[in-house]
Amino acid sequence: MHINIEKVSHQYETKQGMLPVLKDLSLSIKRKGFTAIVGPSGCGKSTITRLVSGLIKPTQGSIFISNKKITSPLSTVGMAFQNPVLLEWRNVIKNIILPLEIVSKNMTYNQKRSNALDLLKLVGLGEFENNLPSELSGGMKQRVSLCRSLVHSPEVLILDEPFAALDAFTKEDLWDVMHKLKKERDFTCILITHDLREAVYLADQVIVLSGRPASLQYDVKTNFNEEKKISDLYSSEVSKLLATLRNQIEIAQNKND
Amino acid sequence: MIRINNFIIPLFSLIIFCLLWELLVWYNNWPNYKMASPSDLWPAFWKFKHLFLIYGWETFWRTVVGLILSVLIGLSLGILMGFSKTIRIGLYPILVGFNAIPKATVVPVIALIFVGMHNMNTIIIVILISFFPICVSISIGLSTLEREYEDILLSLGANKFEIFYKIALPKTLPEFFGALKVSTTLAFIGTNLMEIIEPHGKGLGHLFDSGKISADYPLMFAVLITLAVMGIFLYYIVVYLENIFAGWAIRK
Repeated sequence: MHINIEKVSHQYETKQGMLPVLKDLSLSIKRKGFTAIVGPSGCGKSTITRLVSGLIKPTQGSIFISNKKITSPLSTVGMAFQNPVLLEWRNVIKNIILPLEIVSKNMTYNQKRSNALDLLKLVGLGEFENNLPSELSGGMKQRVSLCRSLVHSPEVLILDEPFAALDAFTKEDLWDVMHKLKKERDFTCILITHDLREAVYLADQVIVLSGRPASLQYDVKTNFNEEKKISDLYSSEVSKLLATLRNQIEIAQNKND
Repeated sequence: MIRINNFIIPLFSLIIFCLLWELLVWYNNWPNYKMASPSDLWPAFWKFKHLFLIYGWETFWRTVVGLILSVLIGLSLGILMGFSKTIRIGLYPILVGFNAIPKATVVPVIALIFVGMHNMNTIIIVILISFFPICVSISIGLSTLEREYEDILLSLGANKFEIFYKIALPKTLPEFFGALKVSTTLAFIGTNLMEIIEPHGKGLGHLFDSGKISADYPLMFAVLITLAVMGIFLYYIVVYLENIFAGWAIRK
């Protein structure tokens, strides 16, 4: 599932008139690729997630998944947000099977449960199947949220700052969970983030957006290692890469002023 | 243990309340026409025990039927107002206006429109007085649903109905039960307004009125206590339902 965003412009209607957020944005993400999108706040990163998932239509331009133009939501997309948005009245396993209730209505409950349980074990929460979300920590909730976004085996996973609200160590744990999920499952991933280390560690391509209205400003491959480790982030190669990205963000912010 | 405590603690507080009441009347040496004491109530109950049973039941079933209808009406209006901004801004002034009118003044109007239909009149007043909190809580609950909750289902191609019954409705249940508790106590006010103001010859309101006419003050107090007990009973039924349907929202 490769994703092509072709000359996409988007604007919102606000009380102060039209607010352009994206302008002539073009980028392509290869099949099974993992692309991180960074940029100044309010530059329209979340708009990209809503466009790719088909929740909104671009004002101009088109988005293609596997050469098919997106016009409405697709069941082959999974989403996770900064807020884990778990349903508090459902236990962990029933939260995870929610997408299956929409997408695979014919599947039996036991099948759904076993699909969900596989993922839950993969993120290290095998014993928490019957707990309520209110009994889980922030990091655990986010793990459950990731399981939910993957339970229907989507071909595209969209992550909108899912780790932003977590403390530094929990965040690093979840980065490794993400590596594991990526290795075990077959999906193309778009990650929106403000954390450059996160972008470099998780993704194989990092894209810097310019200030609003956003377009592509900088694009870099980050395959500095076959299997990335946290300690790699302290190597001189990665430090240089991070410095370059930091510099690009500053350029983007200046444009905003 | 928790279950027993849930029963014993309220019971104790009731007993202490009655003792304090008795003490207050005894200390001030008030005659029963000024304020009846709990010890005056039992003879009053006993004297009219058949009437209490018959009238109590009449008041109770009308209140419950009225309450059920208020839930249905409040839910439907709340759902409409929660999903459509146009309906919400269109209906709010009318609903607030309706709610602001003193219900005691509506009683004669309703009684005139449906002359002789006592049960229906009473139930209408119950509905008028108790649907509003339910309607408001549901509409607020639905209209403030965070966008991400909708997005997780919308991005999978779910329809509005699926979002409603899988997410929006269960998520507003705690607010709904909060409102239902308010409505439950209001409903008894509705029933008795009709029974007291319009002489139907039915219900506890009528018994209260008879007590007033015959200057039987302990009887009047006994009616009030019966209403209070019925209110508490109905309230706990709501709490029971809340535990079943929205127990996840209650902090242990």
